[in-house]
Amino acid sequence: MTSEILTIKGVSKRFGGLRALDDVNLNVRQGSVHAIIGPNGAGKSTLLNCLVGRIIPDEGSVTFDGGSLLGHKPHQINQAGIARVFQTPEIFGELSVLENVMIPAFAKRDGAFRINAWRRARERGAVREEAEHILEDLNLSDQRDQIVNSMSRGDKRRLELAMCLVQHPKLLLLDEPTAGMSRADTNNTVDLLKKIAERGITKVIIEHDMHVVFSLAETVSVMAQGTVIAEGSPEEIKASAKVQEAYLGGAHL
Amino acid sequence: MSESVLNSDKAMGRSPAESHSPKGDGMRGFMSSSRSDYLLVAVFAAAILTMPIWLAPIGAGYPDILQKFAIFGIFALGFNILFGFSGYLSFGHAAFLGTGSYAAVWMFKLLSMNALIAVGFAIIVAGVFALLIGYVSLRRSGIYFSILTLAFAQMSYNLAYSVLTPITNGETGLQISRSDPRIIDNFFGADAHRLRVPDFFGIELQGWPGFYFCAVLLILAFFLTLRIRNSTFGLMLFAIKSNQNRMNYTGFSTRPYLLAAFVISGMYAGLAGGLLAVTDPLAGADRMQWTASGEVVLMTILGGVGTLLGPVIGAAVMKYLEQIFSSFNEGVLHRTFDFLTPELQDIMVTITSPFVGEGWQLTLGLMFMLVVIFLPGGIMEGIRRISRGLRRDRRDDAAPPAHAGH
Amino acid sequence: MDAIILQILNGLDKGGAYALIALGLTLIFGTLGVVNFAHGALFMLGAFCSVTFARLLTISERVRDESVTFFAAYKEVPYLELWYGETGKAIVEWAVPLSILLAVPVMLLIGFAMERGLIRFFYKRSHAEQILVTFGLAIVLQEIVKYFFGANPIPLTAPPALAGSADIGALFGASNISYPMWRIVYFLFSLAVIAAVFAFLQLTTFGMVVRAGMADRETVGLLGINIGRKFTIVFGIAAVVAGLAGVMYTPILAPNYHLGMDFLVLSFVVVVVGGMGSLAGAVVAGFLLGILQSLASMTEVKAIVPGIDQIIIYLVAVVVLLVRPRGLMGRRGVMES
Repeated sequence: MTSEILTIKGVSKRFGGLRALDDVNLNVRQGSVHAIIGPNGAGKSTLLNCLVGRIIPDEGSVTFDGGSLLGHKPHQINQAGIARVFQTPEIFGELSVLENVMIPAFAKRDGAFRINAWRRARERGAVREEAEHILEDLNLSDQRDQIVNSMSRGDKRRLELAMCLVQHPKLLLLDEPTAGMSRADTNNTVDLLKKIAERGITKVIIEHDMHVVFSLAETVSVMAQGTVIAEGSPEEIKASAKVQEAYLGGAHL
Repeated sequence: MSESVLNSDKAMGRSPAESHSPKGDGMRGFMSSSRSDYLLVAVFAAAILTMPIWLAPIGAGYPDILQKFAIFGIFALGFNILFGFSGYLSFGHAAFLGTGSYAAVWMFKLLSMNALIAVGFAIIVAGVFALLIGYVSLRRSGIYFSILTLAFAQMSYNLAYSVLTPITNGETGLQISRSDPRIIDNFFGADAHRLRVPDFFGIELQGWPGFYFCAVLLILAFFLTLRIRNSTFGLMLFAIKSNQNRMNYTGFSTRPYLLAAFVISGMYAGLAGGLLAVTDPLAGADRMQWTASGEVVLMTILGGVGTLLGPVIGAAVMKYLEQIFSSFNEGVLHRTFDFLTPELQDIMVTITSPFVGEGWQLTLGLMFMLVVIFLPGGIMEGIRRISRGLRRDRRDDAAPPAHAGH
Repeated sequence: MDAIILQILNGLDKGGAYALIALGLTLIFGTLGVVNFAHGALFMLGAFCSVTFARLLTISERVRDESVTFFAAYKEVPYLELWYGETGKAIVEWAVPLSILLAVPVMLLIGFAMERGLIRFFYKRSHAEQILVTFGLAIVLQEIVKYFFGANPIPLTAPPALAGSADIGALFGASNISYPMWRIVYFLFSLAVIAAVFAFLQLTTFGMVVRAGMADRETVGLLGINIGRKFTIVFGIAAVVAGLAGVMYTPILAPNYHLGMDFLVLSFVVVVVGGMGSLAGAVVAGFLLGILQSLASMTEVKAIVPGIDQIIIYLVAVVVLLVRPRGLMGRRGVMES
């Protein structure tokens, strides 16, 4: 049994009268791919937002890599080694693909704040090489000088993934990486995620597509009404009657 | 969604060419080489220094107006570092211009008529002032940031007129006088009491020397702006404008970057204010009024927000038009329409006279609206459109602009 | 104590003007999503409706001055007085309040024209662009007024019946507090206009749509067709409110062409302090800042904090924005994401 990199204990969050998260407990093993599934409104995205510092939970603790994440700002959490891919790509639309990837590489290299107002960004060789390398890995090299706004949706998602990977995060959070994608694109993305799985980056994936979940994840947690109702291997989850009832509505898997 | 409304992808600062063209080369100059940067600065310097020659035919070949071009060019360049690069619209930048002027005049009074000391002090004081105001204002973004900067500028303006009179000399304005201590000048020579014109190590900065002093500083300011834009810091500012949210989740603490941009831009304004005092050693509070802040916004927009040359061009065009339009009167108009029949002449003069002389502000307001409505990218966007139109052959006409790259 | 009451009263009329301008600003912002920097100009145009109306009423004929007997003297007598005698004279004297009759249709038309001709093209553009284009429009409007009316302030007088001072000390159980009657009239007038606007928004179907739109910008589009026309009407109402505020303010402050700009900056601060998109906030903050400004200009206060009267409003704005980013009564989700 490997050690746990992320531990969520008793996390709760209320919005007005609504209990968005209710005593959530979750452990993510180092190097594993952990999927979180559940119906809409189950609290998956809220949980993810708690992890990156967008939302501060009312109760509970979140421990990452030996330290607490609570009370830290998003950029501090990123600097601690957590990168996030959003449901709709959050990228720099007016900048080029290469610039988009170089920016996170600078964050990794120079930290949260360092002013370098004299040297040309382009001539920062090491950073640029690193960015070019990732672009090559993700088949984006040909588009390196393209302005991001003019790219296809699938390419934008791939770019956002590249922006996260260039930072060599310890933990990668993916919020529905295949939402709204065609079957072919979904398969490509799954292949891509499998390929980067070999790098040993721990991943937490929120996903609706069961095909994606069961072909990627080693552990699956099922959330409903703000809490985790089941956890286990994909096979166990498929077999669980409780999950079928609460979430899958008796659908055949 | 971006945190700041001004940072949304609808934001003005975005150069249309950047978003419509699939290739990024040369759009922000980011892909260009250092050599072409130096070439650009050299061409810019040559153009600025020869302005007295090539602007003479349009009646702008005299030092008074040319140094205004240079000074307001610096002001707009600095404003553009904040608004154009990072997308934060400050509506109180005139506060730093005014501060710079006061600081410079105080140096003339206390230490020396040497312009370099005055200008240096103006930059420092404006920088410190910008640090304070920026630190507070940058806690908010979007329109709230604009209102905060406006509030601070109005406070400075009101205070300069009232309780700060010992420093600002209120409505009269701060002036130099014979009885000023001028410690350094007095130490080096007794003629300090006679010397009433700011100088640069003995060269009196009036007339042409005054212009060249401002022009050299404009060129330096331009070069620095170019470096900033191409640097990592510049890239971060553009990234903040593009998507501040992503910047945060990418591990950047964005506020210090913005504060740095704010302070740098305030220092440019301080330099411009200092130069205003060098060319005319007098500082008044009206330089801090919010209409003056609006003016620099207009200059930047007119030229092209976020572009390198745009703000300088915008400042020059505006100061030129101001000069021309406000000096027109009916006599000049009659001479202008000389070629028409007397009846038509009268009609034309009647139509145009509200727009000139006292009515220059009307022209300004109309120009403001027309630019925002029809040419949000400013003059630089106009130039780009024209040159694109010239380059395109008939064959490509059918293709949408986004794919017309050659 | 008396001095404080007096200062609070002094703040009420100014506060009324702030509240009325801010009300329109926030209405436009909340429904149309437009930042209107030309709103101060609408206030100024209202004031000049008053000037125009007063001038129309006093179109005069030169007649022999009968009171001068030993040589032929002439004087200007308004036609109204010539035709209707005392009634005509009274109409001339009541020119300012009667200007409302002219101002309502004129301001409504100006509002419609502005929205249809310019503002509607800026719904989808950035706030920065909205600010800039309306700022340009404000300059144009004030320059046009300057062209026709000149640069000097044009004083107007309140009707003689309302011109003097009233002793209102008794109302507060205090001693003699003499206070200009017209300022009280202005305060009551502003309350009436505010009440009318709120009643309109609360009691009519149209008002319900507008309020729903302000509560949630997303739903504006769901509330039936003809959104464009509703927006036009909202803008027209806001223009009328600002115009009326200007009409009645003329006896307090002689209008000049840049009156609007002076009030605009302060009204924007009022809107931000009250909370962007909050109608009640605009009204409360308007009066609050008016009174605060008035209190700050007391000699006793200025002795403690020199210059405070010059900056109090901005200072309050800065503090409110830092402590309560959404303003006093702002809601979540306005101007945020």
